[in-house]
Amino acid sequence: MHRRKFLGLMGAAGAGSVAASTARAAGGKHFEGYPDSFAVLFDSTECIGCRECERACNEVNNLDQPERPFDDLSVLETKRRTTSNAYTVVNKYDVPDQSAPVYRKIQCNHCMEPACASACFVGAFTKTELGAVTYDPSVCVGCRYCMIACPFHIPAYEYDKVLEPRIMKCTMCYETRLIKGELPGCVDACPKEALVFGKREQVLQLARRKLQTYPDRYEQHIYGETEMGGTNWLYISGTPFESLDMNTELGDTPAPKFTSGALKLVPGVVALWPLLLGGIYAVSRRKDKIAEQERQQSVEDAVAETKEQARKELEEFKEKAERDRKKEVDKAVKKAKEELEAERKDEQGGSDE
Amino acid sequence: MSDQETGKSGSRIGPFHIITGLILLFGAFLTVYRFTQGLGPMTNLNNEYPWGLWISFDLLCGVALAAGGFVTTAACYIFGLKKYHIAVRPAVLTAMLGYLLVVIALTYDVGRPWRLPYPFLVQSGTTSVLFEVALCVMIYLLTLIAEYSQVAFEWMRMSVARSLVMKSILFLTVLGVILSTMHQSSLGALYLIAPSKMHPLWYSAYIPVYFFVSAIVAGLSMVIVEMSLARRFLRHKMDEAHERGYDDVVLGFGKAAAFVLAGYVSLKLLGLAVDNDWSYLMTGFGALFLVELLGFFALPAYIFAIGARERRTGLIKWAAGWSVLGIVLNRINVSLVAYNWKLTVGEHYFPGWMEFGLTIFIVTLGLVLYRYCATRMPVLHEHPEYTDTH
Repeated sequence: MHRRKFLGLMGAAGAGSVAASTARAAGGKHFEGYPDSFAVLFDSTECIGCRECERACNEVNNLDQPERPFDDLSVLETKRRTTSNAYTVVNKYDVPDQSAPVYRKIQCNHCMEPACASACFVGAFTKTELGAVTYDPSVCVGCRYCMIACPFHIPAYEYDKVLEPRIMKCTMCYETRLIKGELPGCVDACPKEALVFGKREQVLQLARRKLQTYPDRYEQHIYGETEMGGTNWLYISGTPFESLDMNTELGDTPAPKFTSGALKLVPGVVALWPLLLGGIYAVSRRKDKIAEQERQQSVEDAVAETKEQARKELEEFKEKAERDRKKEVDKAVKKAKEELEAERKDEQGGSDE
Repeated sequence: MSDQETGKSGSRIGPFHIITGLILLFGAFLTVYRFTQGLGPMTNLNNEYPWGLWISFDLLCGVALAAGGFVTTAACYIFGLKKYHIAVRPAVLTAMLGYLLVVIALTYDVGRPWRLPYPFLVQSGTTSVLFEVALCVMIYLLTLIAEYSQVAFEWMRMSVARSLVMKSILFLTVLGVILSTMHQSSLGALYLIAPSKMHPLWYSAYIPVYFFVSAIVAGLSMVIVEMSLARRFLRHKMDEAHERGYDDVVLGFGKAAAFVLAGYVSLKLLGLAVDNDWSYLMTGFGALFLVELLGFFALPAYIFAIGARERRTGLIKWAAGWSVLGIVLNRINVSLVAYNWKLTVGEHYFPGWMEFGLTIFIVTLGLVLYRYCATRMPVLHEHPEYTDTH
């Protein structure tokens, strides 16, 4: 083991006994990172593009042999990303004002608050206390939301597996080496000091020291110190990070923060909708009820009115009939009287003669 | 087409049966292919595009276009707009089938579909927006099945079971609104986690609100579209109440859609202003954004408004179809165009023919199931023995 690659002292037994806890880091609260977590520093000024890290990674993780062997450096001519068969790849960049090409190693950055762990709906990812982000295929449904969520385009999927496809990504050799107190495979294999492993705090100190000691050699930024809330894989470079296809606009907000706000509204919806809808329902019911009552009332009124009118008409009719009858009687009496009078006159006239 | 002709095609083998039969047969082949060869050979999905056409269309559009269920039941049972009662059953049927097909499509898309209950049974990732979506979609599908069971119970003459469902209809409706609010918005919130991958014009803290409000539009429009199609092809199954009430539903929903769409366009403009994204409008993505927002949201809002004011149901039908296309365009833009917009041209995803094939199969399955239910069960007409529908 190269002494210089391994900052600080890590007792094999001590590290092995650090058990992984579940992804507390996936929550919405601010998380400072596990205090004793490890990190790797990648120094692009040291990397020579030999692909030994790729070879070591392939061996440690028992991945399939690639089509072209690891000592075939022509592979570097095309830009690659991580795949289900390559947890780490090195890309070559021709930077305008530099004579030699610059290399950048790509692998999982082991976010302090991982987007993948936050996005996974079965909690298949774990941010371990050692710093590594691990994956448990025994619960994975294969929805691939972690791949959508990852800001670094890291998780890959076994599209060719029919029944048991897994998400494949660097685990910092957590199971195979880290918990045994060994260096991650790639760090161990690096022939230069392009990869240095240690406690994150110490790795950061080393990086800062390098930037201070060689201000002309390095860009004055440690990539991963704050990006996406901080990562356990850190980068320093002699060329701007954008020229190495690294996204410098990620900001320092940890991924879980982007969705925690929306998720916090859920209890509000559950609490408020029934109240609001219940209120609207009550109003519409009452409206219906009042409309119904008014309808009934108006029917009753109409009936009453009709009855009243009928009664009045009947009365008038009765009165009129009474009047008519009286008139008839009076007429008849009058006529009878007149007749009687006439008869009497006749009788008188006859006796006079 | 006269009523008699359509009446005959219901019982005899016609072109509908032959075409759908062929598509279903083809779907069976694709199913076998999916579960023997895997996603790799079948799709153009890759590590940069883990979600393709099936998530874009079958899931995002499928769920949005099935929003008619909660919109119509809420209008009828909660807001007490009884004139929309005739639209409830067709809308609930469409919604139930829509969600059922979303789940069926997902079994093709996820790696190990038999593990779909894992988030609830084995280990829950409660920090995930997808967990919320999965939970709500699952409960809402059960809710829709419960709502629709009333129709099935009438069909099977199970009066006791039917009256039990009828007593719980208000509860089911409120539950449906809550669940729909949550998962319709959360489908948009899925993309909140990846601001670095999304084009700023489509990425906004308001994206859950956009998805929810546009889902209401989708629900209203789909009810109009679907009732118009039913009136055209299943008219012999419609009773007099449905015939008479049709115009009311189209005009009422059209008017509502005009308002909601206008609100949606305003919200989108507000989102642009909040994030100060105006400068992006001058780019190619900006042109696409404007075509979507003005051509497929503002324009139908205007047409809906004219149609409602002048009582022109024909105009409203066209606006409804147009805004359905708008929703589809929006969901595809969010999930496939705005997503990974920074990738260089050659790296972009376009669905493979088998992906299109499966989507066509899923949609056809929906049509066949709808037709099966609507021609046999009291969906477009009242059951003669159960006329006290509310």
